[in-house]
Amino acid sequence: MQGNAACAEGALAAGCRFFGGYPITPSTEIAETMARRLPKMGGVFISMEDELASIAAVIGAAWTGARAMTATSGPGFSLMMENIGYAAMTETPCVIVNVQRGGPSTGQPTRAAQGDMLQCRFGSHGDYSIIALTPNSVQEMFDLTVKAFDLADRFRVPTFLMADEIVGHMRERVTIPDAVDVTSRRPLAEGCLPFEAGNDGVPGFAPFGLGRSVHVTGLTHDERGYPDTTDPGAHDRLVRRLVAKVESARRDIADYEVTNPDAETVFVTYGPPSRTVEQVMRDRPDDSIGHLRLRVVWPFPEFALQEFGNAKVFLMPELNMGQMVREVQRHVDQPVIPLEKIGGELHTPAELVRALEAHR
Amino acid sequence: MRHEVRFSGYGGQGIILSAVILGRAAALYDDKYAVQTQVYGPEARGGASMGQVVIDDAPILYPEVADPDIYVIMSQQGFEKYGVRARPDAVMVLDADLVRSRPACRHHEVPATAEAKENLGREIVANIVMIGALVAATGIVSREAIERAVLDSVPRGTEDLNLRALKRGFELGERACNL
Repeated sequence: MQGNAACAEGALAAGCRFFGGYPITPSTEIAETMARRLPKMGGVFISMEDELASIAAVIGAAWTGARAMTATSGPGFSLMMENIGYAAMTETPCVIVNVQRGGPSTGQPTRAAQGDMLQCRFGSHGDYSIIALTPNSVQEMFDLTVKAFDLADRFRVPTFLMADEIVGHMRERVTIPDAVDVTSRRPLAEGCLPFEAGNDGVPGFAPFGLGRSVHVTGLTHDERGYPDTTDPGAHDRLVRRLVAKVESARRDIADYEVTNPDAETVFVTYGPPSRTVEQVMRDRPDDSIGHLRLRVVWPFPEFALQEFGNAKVFLMPELNMGQMVREVQRHVDQPVIPLEKIGGELHTPAELVRALEAHR
Repeated sequence: MRHEVRFSGYGGQGIILSAVILGRAAALYDDKYAVQTQVYGPEARGGASMGQVVIDDAPILYPEVADPDIYVIMSQQGFEKYGVRARPDAVMVLDADLVRSRPACRHHEVPATAEAKENLGREIVANIVMIGALVAATGIVSREAIERAVLDSVPRGTEDLNLRALKRGFELGERACNL
């Protein structure tokens, strides 16, 4: 099965019943699959007029109680930024898939990149936090899409599947379970205000039509949901909670693999470059190479770096000019070397072996 | 053992589908691992098209094709763009009438398009003839697996035609090897 189809199947398995989108290479097969499958499952597929409207429709659908998603690539992702901030501010659970291609602008439609990793974290204005996952196989296109819906609901936050053309278009064998566990979202408790958070910083969710009257606004609001735009304290409390509900749960959200924690030379990867590193490690089994592979990149699990107690150097292959490497650099004292590559092709094993020899 | 197979021809011949069918045969019916990737762009239809498959007994880590050991080439342009740099120990199966050049590596000439047009009555199954010849010449997957993968992948009502094309491909592949 193709990665994009596996993503759509993962969404359907997780109970997604609304897709609003505008097709764009290399994500189009997700929309195609959803358009074919959703109506037969009682769901809704809407081809929207553009990506800003697509994410707006997804936010609206989420507020009716549906699990909702959209899928796009770089140019459409840029257009979505305004309403992604709205989703963060209104604490709307939704899943946004970005099958990354070469940018900036329309760039390379049919080539892979990981150039939107900081945009997904910081692309909309103001302070907020999000969750982002990075699949490296067709199986993970399924599994991490399911997980994205789970996290979006648990934390009431826009959650991103940051895929790329490689995992979107490759075909591999995939195992689809008969049913998947999806944590149900916590309903708003009787007597609680609509934006009154529990100890975890996450308010219960009261979608429209279930008897609770909820005012939803992108303006700074109080626990009732009503605008309170001039009180510094109200803004401070709200925005700090929006950030803290995700950041303080970093260990809970984290999903990563550690290989050879005693190694002195450590690769840090996410997405497809992880597979090149795994190939290098299989080809050179005597080498003491460490590998930290992130499946969740945001919130960034800085504590995972501490598992490599003997590390002398970190090497970070990315399909961009060095984005997540900045995050690693600010958390460790050792040198962190970006192994940047743009143009659309994955690092080859030979390239990483050369880097290994140059930097050990 | 890891094998890297590259298919090339012109857009419309079913090059990518050929790669998908081979990958499906390996991954679903021969209990191996396979990753299929492709290069495509707005120029694909009529231009050089390329699809590739990695097949291994072990899980496949690096998913892309770096240096194929097996080629299936169905057009001159495809040969020039994707086949001309084949390594000396590679094996190439080529459509005898559509590819004028011959590589330095071991190669098998299969008149797949002529066979499809003249004896099978439908040029469109030339890629299935090539797949049959590939399997007969290399044993990269079993004949049973490729048969099931072809049946999974072709439109309803064309199963007999495609199976005949596949079997004709087996025969042409065997014959090409004995030359």
